[in-house]
Amino acid sequence: MPWPHLPEDFRQTHRSVWVDISSKLYDPAEGNRVYHEYMDQLEYADSLGFDGIGVNEHHQNAYGLMPSPNIIAAGLARRTSRAAICVIGNSIALYNPPIRVAEEFAMLDVISGGRLVAGFPVGTPMDTNFCYGQIPALTRDKYYEAHELIMKAWREPEPFAFDGKYNQLRYVNCWPRPIQKPHPPIYIPGGGSIETWDFCVENDYNYSYLSYAGYKAGKALLDGYWERVAASGKDESPYRAAFAQVVCVADTDAEAEKLYAEHVLYFYNRCLHVYLGFADPPGYRTIKTIQSGKLNQFRAENQRLFTSLTWKELVDGGYVIAGSPATVRERMEHMIKSLRLGSLFLLFQIGNMPDDKVRNSTRLFAERVMPQLRDVWPEWKNDDRFWCKPLESRVRPEGTFAARSGR
Amino acid sequence: MRELRIETRRGLKSRVLEAGQGPALVFFHGAGGLFREEPLLERLARSFHVFAPEWPGYGADGGEEKLEDMLDFALHGWDVVDALGLDAEVRLAGHSMGGMIAAEMACIANRSLAKLALIAPAGLWLDAHPIPDLFSMLPFELVGALFADPKNGEKFLTGGIDFGNPEALQQFLVTNARRLGTAGKILFPIPNRRLAKRLYRLVAPTLVVWGSADKLIPLPYAERWRQLVPHARLSIVDGGSHMVPYEQTEPVAVEIERFLSTA
Repeated sequence: MPWPHLPEDFRQTHRSVWVDISSKLYDPAEGNRVYHEYMDQLEYADSLGFDGIGVNEHHQNAYGLMPSPNIIAAGLARRTSRAAICVIGNSIALYNPPIRVAEEFAMLDVISGGRLVAGFPVGTPMDTNFCYGQIPALTRDKYYEAHELIMKAWREPEPFAFDGKYNQLRYVNCWPRPIQKPHPPIYIPGGGSIETWDFCVENDYNYSYLSYAGYKAGKALLDGYWERVAASGKDESPYRAAFAQVVCVADTDAEAEKLYAEHVLYFYNRCLHVYLGFADPPGYRTIKTIQSGKLNQFRAENQRLFTSLTWKELVDGGYVIAGSPATVRERMEHMIKSLRLGSLFLLFQIGNMPDDKVRNSTRLFAERVMPQLRDVWPEWKNDDRFWCKPLESRVRPEGTFAARSGR
Repeated sequence: MRELRIETRRGLKSRVLEAGQGPALVFFHGAGGLFREEPLLERLARSFHVFAPEWPGYGADGGEEKLEDMLDFALHGWDVVDALGLDAEVRLAGHSMGGMIAAEMACIANRSLAKLALIAPAGLWLDAHPIPDLFSMLPFELVGALFADPKNGEKFLTGGIDFGNPEALQQFLVTNARRLGTAGKILFPIPNRRLAKRLYRLVAPTLVVWGSADKLIPLPYAERWRQLVPHARLSIVDGGSHMVPYEQTEPVAVEIERFLSTA
């Protein structure tokens, strides 16, 4: 959910799209239009048959305008009744106390009739450390404690005391309770911390790799994840992994460039313009991860690369999957198989792409690409551990208002 | 300087630089750690038996995960003094983060030290004079904020590492992450752990030395320390940076020597 009006010379005149970006660039009246446009697009995706619609949390930035994804998710839960509501997620180390996440996610699960997919990110350093002031070297420890508290709050039927290092609560008693038992499916978005892999494997959570470096660069990381899965002795269900990918579909490859290139470049050049000092504060990444050599995607190399890429480089390098339905289908199938992916987070709105183009790309994908990608993993088609389980008899809120108003 | 190895009662091990003879002086280093050259310590060793312990997370011994908050840091400081076998009339000194820790130690156990010398200590916050965010600075910005002479400062901070060598770079990143990651526990995001409300307990004679051109913790903080500490004397080094003990060693040493030597 980027702010679509960053000036042409944004990179020259501002040091960062995140943390200390001037709020003079934001226009609340235009924001009114923008929020509704983006929410409409997500509802449109629901109407086209996508399995889920997704939101996430970022702070003090023009890259993603959802400090509170739960507010957007609540709006979507009222206007849709079919797709999963994927909140990927709440940065649980930032909530004080984190029982707030247990409560709000339970509310979303109940309102949506069991459609919640719950994400627990550690959060980017920009959000977690620089905007929300968490001490880098203690962030992960606080995250694990928050996770323990939330899961216990959902599991325990009676009030209990929680004596944590960061949270002391004499009475933990989550009201309401989530519909999904024992809890909604948990997705852990990561940027390549190796501790996160083991955490996902141990708990049977989905590991979601969210990067803009595309699937070619993502392969090295996901290979590392699958090695950990294999070493653990657990099954290799592709639904253990998800991947975020920018996708642009048009009638032909040439048309895709003509329609979408400028908006994708807006995103890479301006929305990823993060001041390097905010990208990797000492203590945020563990020593083990630094030693593994997996540099943070916002670090210098990528930063320089991202902001200077051309359309051809973005497409050839696999940062963006773009082209005709046939091109996109072929590339996606290759990506799904080579990275072993069960779930995909597809970004159709990107940068300052206008609504008609977003809808065009989304619709072409739903009609001419998605059906062929449904059965890539026939041997795992009954694995429902990593997806939501809505109530059959849930309220369909689009209908209730009209019915009760006699319309 | 000689190297000692100590182990505290809690089981944390560390390296201690040691030099000179005379009354004991324990010096706590700043967030950058102990450097290859420590000119102030060598200079003070002419008059004192100087001990400079390396903080957990700064050397090869580990143990930093045991230190989570300000109280842990201050108690570890006293554990080090105990492990060195020093008596109750110890003199403490500290630079920047080390000064913050030494002052906290003095507030907690205010009968256990004879005198305290602080060089541009961290630990206070003034809304009118926000301290630049050390943790978001790129190396070249850091050098500019810390040193009066950035060229020399750069050599000093990096220890002459060749950043073209991937292995050396990797090692530098790991060391830096451990050191500043540890420092962040008491300095991030605002270097204020409410020391100000405890400084009334700092009854030992205290010297506060400050560089007049300190760009990291600017001069108004020196005045604030003088106001808050009951028996503080302030000494300003003309043109001095935040790294004044390294860039203007002699005037800093003379002030500390005079202060610690008089009754």
